[in-house]
Amino acid sequence: MYHYDEYDHALVKDRVAQFRRQVERRLSGDLTEEQFRPLRLMNGLYLQLHAYMLRVAIPYGTLDSRQLRKLAYIARRYDKGYGHFTTRQNLQYNWPKLEETPDILAELAEVEMHAIQTSGNCIRNTTSDQYAGAAADEIEDPRIWCEIVRQWSTLHPEFSFLPRKFKVAITGSENDRAAVRVHDIGLIMKHGDGEGAGEAGEVGFEVIVGGGLGRTPFLGKTIRPFLAKEDLLSYLEAILRTYNMLGRRDNKYKARIKVTLHETGAEEFARLVEEEWAEIKESSLKLPKPEMDRIAAHFVPPEFRALESRATAEEERAAGDPAFASWVRNNIVEHKASGYAIANISLKPVGLPPGDATSEQMDLVADLADEYSFGEIRVTHTQNLVLPHVERSRLPELYDRLLAAGLATANVGLLSDIICCPGLDYCTLASARSIPISTQISERFADQGRLDLVGQMQIKISGCINACGHHHVGHIGILGVDRKGEEHYQIQLGGSASEDASLGKILGRGFSADQVVDVVEQLVDVYVELREGDERFIDTYRRVGQAPFKEKVYGTA
Amino acid sequence: MGQVVIASRLSDGLVVFLRDKADPSGGAGNGRADWVLQLADAEVADDDSRAAELLALGEADGAAIQSVVDIYLIEVEEETGQLRPTKAREAIRCFGPTVRPDLGKLALAERALAAGN
Ligand code: SF4
Repeated sequence: MYHYDEYDHALVKDRVAQFRRQVERRLSGDLTEEQFRPLRLMNGLYLQLHAYMLRVAIPYGTLDSRQLRKLAYIARRYDKGYGHFTTRQNLQYNWPKLEETPDILAELAEVEMHAIQTSGNCIRNTTSDQYAGAAADEIEDPRIWCEIVRQWSTLHPEFSFLPRKFKVAITGSENDRAAVRVHDIGLIMKHGDGEGAGEAGEVGFEVIVGGGLGRTPFLGKTIRPFLAKEDLLSYLEAILRTYNMLGRRDNKYKARIKVTLHETGAEEFARLVEEEWAEIKESSLKLPKPEMDRIAAHFVPPEFRALESRATAEEERAAGDPAFASWVRNNIVEHKASGYAIANISLKPVGLPPGDATSEQMDLVADLADEYSFGEIRVTHTQNLVLPHVERSRLPELYDRLLAAGLATANVGLLSDIICCPGLDYCTLASARSIPISTQISERFADQGRLDLVGQMQIKISGCINACGHHHVGHIGILGVDRKGEEHYQIQLGGSASEDASLGKILGRGFSADQVVDVVEQLVDVYVELREGDERFIDTYRRVGQAPFKEKVYGTA
Repeated sequence: MGQVVIASRLSDGLVVFLRDKADPSGGAGNGRADWVLQLADAEVADDDSRAAELLALGEADGAAIQSVVDIYLIEVEEETGQLRPTKAREAIRCFGPTVRPDLGKLALAERALAAGN
């Protein structure tokens, strides 16, 4: 993985020292809250319902064991013993003290981490496929390009005050695990076709712009079917410049690039980008090969052993232990190296907040990463953790260790693997709580046999229209709203964030908190009754439409 | 139904409530702001004019001492002997995240009681 060079170290250290002085001036009253607020936000520090919240960047969701141990230590020493992994592959602490935040940032800097650009109208942490560098279906490791984007976008003077925040996602596989179509810019690595879109076999990017959720959800549109690697930064710069010029600063609800693209028209927007690009394509932004190689060298795969693809230990255990067999079926993903597996660690135990991990759990996962996965850990945008490189023969041992720590929930990709934002339990912008809805659903569907029977399913919950819980792209999306001071929930069906991306449609009138779980159960029942073959919920929904679901829930289509 | 001034403490962001530590000779509205951690210890204004006085006191203190931010009034009512905000958002602010009852204000109060202070 990438390691800081002297410039990175100096930049992060300087920033800690600068913020320390700013905090001192605030605490002594030299800075007012109005003056201080933008400064703390530039360092990822929010003020939420109960306390401050610090958002720590985890670049493209990649961590090493040393970093995860530090995150665990910070949670224990400076917070209340836990952290929350977010849909942007970051970590949030819910209770840091302002007066201690500079110390926390100094601790993070020791392990090459920070909270810069985790807030504000700038280019945020680039997200990626959590299986990068391990997935069997990968064209190339997308983290090389995430890192190049990170270096280009960090403190970029021209893009530090954009009309709105800006999010980039990159996937290295056709199977989109990074939700690229709902990002401001989504990049899919692909092969050129030799017929105008790149040389045959050449690897480059499809460029998608203008996706986003929130108040006005849009799926992104492809504005360039193929972009050569060396042109990545000049093209991104051209997009950002075009957006910076056209993006609306008069209305924050219309300031995201998705609205710019919609109002300008994708074709016209693409034309303007190409026009801008023509000016800068051959500039210093063109990536020299040695520089690409230098960054790529940080992501060379670990030295995998030559192993048989099948592991007797795993097969024997699975044959006699249905719980282990479920865990392998649901949480283990095929690895590109023979005899290895990608092990997902679900942070969605029955009845507990999605995405939360205690200090002890983080320490354990760090130890397990050292023992089983070359010290590497990934954070997923679905709020789980991953050990990317585990020998299949050692899966039984790993499972036992996880089970003992309450980390072996076998539900990855299933109904109770719910994406859920903090909602009204923590978030100052929330309209309703989201976590209790999620925990109640997981309790209702706690039975592993039932979960397995229902199969692949995505439920996503947001506590307000900002949609941090991605409800627009859930097979079942749940949105909390405030109805005359009461928590209320709207349900949407038919969304997907994957390569078959779609936005959900509202089912009908909303429900009170105590009705939601029953409604979800009714929707699942309809699906189980109507599905054909190995259809997932979303496939059945697309085939039969909303009517049968509506009829079951409201008694009328 | 009454009103209470709520704010966030600058140093650690915790939710605090205003109590008017009135100077005995000064009378209502001529007091000194005291920010307390528990809603039960806050001063409840019974009418709008006292609520406005308390808000002014809190804001003046916030501006002068800079120890609290985001100062505003919330509505509260008494329910089975306990003060409760009428809105869900404010109730969650006062008592802590409903999904972690071990971390909120009530847990804090219980721990303080158990410790005998
Ligand atoms: S969706 Fe709304 S409630 Fe949820 S975290 Fe985002 S802003 Fe907060």
